[in-house]
Amino acid sequence: MYMFSSARAALGSRRAFVTSFALLATLGALVSCSKKSAEPEAPAAASGAVAAATPAAAKPFTVGFIYVGSKTDYGYNQAHAEGAKSLSSIAGLKIREEENVPETLDVQKTMESMINLDGATVLFPTSFGYFDPHILKMAEKYPSVTFLHCGGLYTEGKHPKNVGSYFGYIDEAEYVAGIVAGLTTKSNKLGFVAAKPIPQVLRNINSYTLGARSVNPKVTTTVIFTGDWSLPVKEAEAANSLIDQGADVLTAHVDSPKVVIETAEHRGIFSTGYHASQAALAPKGYLTGAEWNWETVYKAYIEKIQKGEPWDHLVRGGFKENFIKMSPYGAAVSDATKAKAEEAKKKFLDGTMVVYAGPLKDNTGKEVIAAGAQQTQRDIVLESMGYLVEGVKGAVH
Amino acid sequence: MPPSPAGARAPLPQALVDGGRAPGASLARRLEPVLISLAAVCVALLIFGIFLAFDGLNPLDVYAEMFRGAFGTWFSFQNTLQRAAPLMLTALCTALPAQLGLVVIGGEGALVVGGVAAAMAGIAMQGASPYAVLTVMFIAGAASGGLWIALVGALRAYRGVNETISSLLMAYIAIALMNHLVEGPLRDPASLNKPATRHIGELNMLGAMPGLDVHWGLFYGIVACLLGWVLMKRTVFGFAAAMTGGNLRAALLSGLRVKRLIVVTSFLAGAAAGLAGMVEVAAVHGRANASLVAGYGYTGILVAFVARQNPLGVLPVSLLLGGIGASGGLLQRNFNLPDASVNVLQGILFMVILAAETLYGRFSAWSFGRKPVSTSAEAIA
Repeated sequence: MYMFSSARAALGSRRAFVTSFALLATLGALVSCSKKSAEPEAPAAASGAVAAATPAAAKPFTVGFIYVGSKTDYGYNQAHAEGAKSLSSIAGLKIREEENVPETLDVQKTMESMINLDGATVLFPTSFGYFDPHILKMAEKYPSVTFLHCGGLYTEGKHPKNVGSYFGYIDEAEYVAGIVAGLTTKSNKLGFVAAKPIPQVLRNINSYTLGARSVNPKVTTTVIFTGDWSLPVKEAEAANSLIDQGADVLTAHVDSPKVVIETAEHRGIFSTGYHASQAALAPKGYLTGAEWNWETVYKAYIEKIQKGEPWDHLVRGGFKENFIKMSPYGAAVSDATKAKAEEAKKKFLDGTMVVYAGPLKDNTGKEVIAAGAQQTQRDIVLESMGYLVEGVKGAVH
Repeated sequence: MPPSPAGARAPLPQALVDGGRAPGASLARRLEPVLISLAAVCVALLIFGIFLAFDGLNPLDVYAEMFRGAFGTWFSFQNTLQRAAPLMLTALCTALPAQLGLVVIGGEGALVVGGVAAAMAGIAMQGASPYAVLTVMFIAGAASGGLWIALVGALRAYRGVNETISSLLMAYIAIALMNHLVEGPLRDPASLNKPATRHIGELNMLGAMPGLDVHWGLFYGIVACLLGWVLMKRTVFGFAAAMTGGNLRAALLSGLRVKRLIVVTSFLAGAAAGLAGMVEVAAVHGRANASLVAGYGYTGILVAFVARQNPLGVLPVSLLLGGIGASGGLLQRNFNLPDASVNVLQGILFMVILAAETLYGRFSAWSFGRKPVSTSAEAIA
């Protein structure tokens, strides 16, 4: 028994020996190959790094950007990455980016890693869900590092001093996009694919619908909630279902509207974008879109920090502050429509526009803003919105 | 062999004690997985090196940086440990039923259910001492996760439902259930834009292990893996499980209570994943919300398979994955590689490790082949 097994083992071992030897030899060859092929590139990369570092006569510092999804998602993360890119011209600034970081301990560790290994002193963890508890915990642990978060969640006295939060009134751009959609639709049916029935999303749906109905009262918006921020398959299903129900303009509030915009283009209908420009995905049907303009916010923060000036803990803005922008109008948008949209935009710019003015009913017939009352853009009540306005087909729960 | 004074009570030949193998062979058997795995890692790094070279990077620079990010500094090492902790628990959710020949891939669901149950328990226990709160949360998390996968096991045992499919579908149900609960009945009214349950209270949070910046989840993970190994490799229960996994008919003919084995093992597997959910709530988030769905359950499947379903093997593989996670960020930050490059490395690594399985049984005899021959000759003499 033993003899037999060891004989077989010995036989097997010789074969294994030969195999391993051949494997090792191949590996050796591969090592030298890969080294060689890497060599010509390496000096170039190195000199690039040096060039980036040297003109920093000013105080050089490292800024870290953290994204919850892909930097090239045509959506939320791309909008932030475009903002980060706009900083690359600032002398003495090193930018470090990390994408696809989930809202778990991972993001805490990424922040710490940026601080400890990259020497970052300013961090932009961009996802809404990074704030509590992750940013708050790290901010306490690293009081000399500045944490700037997208979401407008900072509360004076409650949160650490080295934390700031910024956000934009992007529903202003949704209102304008709604006007374009309302004037372009033939079926008077708009479709909205949304992630979750939370205040931020509801406000966008409502503003979009109010914009559309301000120029075309026959318009209704049908909304489908997918349940999460990034569910491409469900988003495509929702888009198709909305089109089947007769919608001829689609928009979305999910992390990446890519799938919805592409589906709309495929089916030959119109779309308006969100977060970043999706014009490249739908050259025929893309009308316009509500985009972030984080460049404004990031440049302002970095300039102040570089000069050593105090920065604001809570920054918010809309069209007026240049925090948001519209995608350039698509080919299908008529001049009359453009004029109407620009008119509304001008009103936002000079501060005379009030989107939420009474009497306003929700889609169950309940009055949510009494006649004569109004809630202006900065009204905090709007940030706990829990209803869909009249004209929206869908339910919050 | 000289006749021993004790005659009949001569010590048994070592070979018989050691499961019919000589000590040399046993050593080889134990070292085999380590050596083969290490070799596989090297091969994978080489292949990934070619990939990097095509990207115009020097693979050695990249690996040096990855090492720095995963193990190079005390911070990095703790980062790796921290990331490995939940994977140890979720990997057991696949590795334990695998002993019975079951392929359970629904650890994500058990984690989510465990997390929600732990949060509910923590909220209900407000006012009690932190130890009491954490104990109840621990039990709630493990028990609910356990029941979730026990249901999968019961479906398999009593209704013949394929456990792979049902555990995956149950994961979707778990996530939908959690969303319903945190957006509806359990929602903290203050959590406007990120629906979540109420907080369990800062005082009740599970802290860091002494001297480490790593939470107690790591301890739970290591202990669970050790217990899992003892249970499966050193007890009658484990032997029965292995027998069922090896030959179901033989197990049934021997009168083993296979159905009960399936349900109990599934319960333990789910309990491990549920515990991971409890740790996420108690040590990280303080509440249950969509952040529980972070993919730990699915990564755990990978860990279990690469560890060849051995509960002890789960430990180093979790560390390896944790290390890749910890250093992956540096690839993006310092070399401007996309996040997907880490997935490419992981993919190559696991393909090579799984492919290297064919080497088992050959390599060991080659490196330690001499010794067993002489020992066995002695034993026979």
